[in-house]
Amino acid sequence: MTDAKALPPEEADAGHHRFLAHHFDSPEQQFYTGKLGMWLFLTTEILFFGGLFCAYAVYRANHPDIFVDGHHFLSTALGATNTAVLIFSSLTMAWSVRSAQLSRTRGLIACLVTTLVCAFVFLGIKYVEYAEKMEHGLIPNRIYFERLEPRLAFEPDEAYLREKLSHYADPSAAGEDLDLRVRKVRIFFGIYFCMTGLHALHVIAGIGVILWILVRSLKGHFSSAYFGPVDYVGLYWHLVDLIWIYLFPLLYLIH
Amino acid sequence: MSEPTSSPTQGEPAAGRGSGPHVVPLAVLVAVFAALIALTYLTVAATHYDLGDWNLAIAMGIASVKALLVALYFMHLRYDHPLFALIFAAGLVFVFLFISLTLLDTLEYQSDTDPWADTLTRSGEPQTPMPLRSGSRTLNTNPKRKRGELSAG
Repeated sequence: MTDAKALPPEEADAGHHRFLAHHFDSPEQQFYTGKLGMWLFLTTEILFFGGLFCAYAVYRANHPDIFVDGHHFLSTALGATNTAVLIFSSLTMAWSVRSAQLSRTRGLIACLVTTLVCAFVFLGIKYVEYAEKMEHGLIPNRIYFERLEPRLAFEPDEAYLREKLSHYADPSAAGEDLDLRVRKVRIFFGIYFCMTGLHALHVIAGIGVILWILVRSLKGHFSSAYFGPVDYVGLYWHLVDLIWIYLFPLLYLIH
Repeated sequence: MSEPTSSPTQGEPAAGRGSGPHVVPLAVLVAVFAALIALTYLTVAATHYDLGDWNLAIAMGIASVKALLVALYFMHLRYDHPLFALIFAAGLVFVFLFISLTLLDTLEYQSDTDPWADTLTRSGEPQTPMPLRSGSRTLNTNPKRKRGELSAG
């Protein structure tokens, strides 16, 4: 292969780049093949989340009042902070791709560590938010646990819901009583936990793959001649950011 | 891969298009980050003004501008082969079709189901759990069970 000559000598191995799989003609072909695969995967991810966005759209179109009631239970400050944290982590992820492309290993490691720290901060804030909801039994679990293990079922704290909702006027045109609003608002938490929960799972998976990239960076695997995995993980991480960009206004900023 | 596939100097991608992948300048990355933070501030600030039906449209519009910035610069679509953008756009088109057709359907029939749903909700009867299928162990038949013992605190 002609490309092997251009590689740094420590990475050339028997006329091959050490990470060039034998079924590719060139590192460039390998890079773009991986990238194409990553984009196809990201498209399936969009369709995957699309199902939840569809559920959201159907419920909100039919019962907008439930979402107005529900958003009072979320903290805009925490949501906005998490948005900023995730956007910053996207910047450091894009920066780490750039560092890898320029063979700056120390910069790459620093950027990846920063991205990881941001991911953990995001999950920490999410934990604070979830814990408050779970304390009041708002996690949707009853039907599942009632059948399986009743002792684990969270009982929705109706007094808490009623107290909180009583501060706000009924947003629906029907003029519903408080009891009905208390019962209906749980729909919001079902959607909230499913959407943010699936997103949080993606953040956790992101932490896993960034760790993998970080370990390989520490081993000095990446350089301008080979940085595909950093780029692919970066694309995945940006998609996680992109989905949160929509989740934030849809769940926190209803008015 | 519109660029020549056999670039001899893979080691110097910074030279620009034509020799290896494009490297996004740091100034561009930081500018995109600043714009994203500014737009986040804007979308939060917009909640202080009630514009009726426009509230959701404005929030989604700002989110879409942010998403576009992320896709074009952070995800590199602006500099890459258009095939990747095409794949991405195809996914978005199908999600759009999925949501819009479902909305058309549900809005068409909601007026028929709402009176039925209301009587169900107002009757005050909580939905009983579905009976377990035959052959399953009876896990949930004890009437004296206490739900939520662990939920306190």
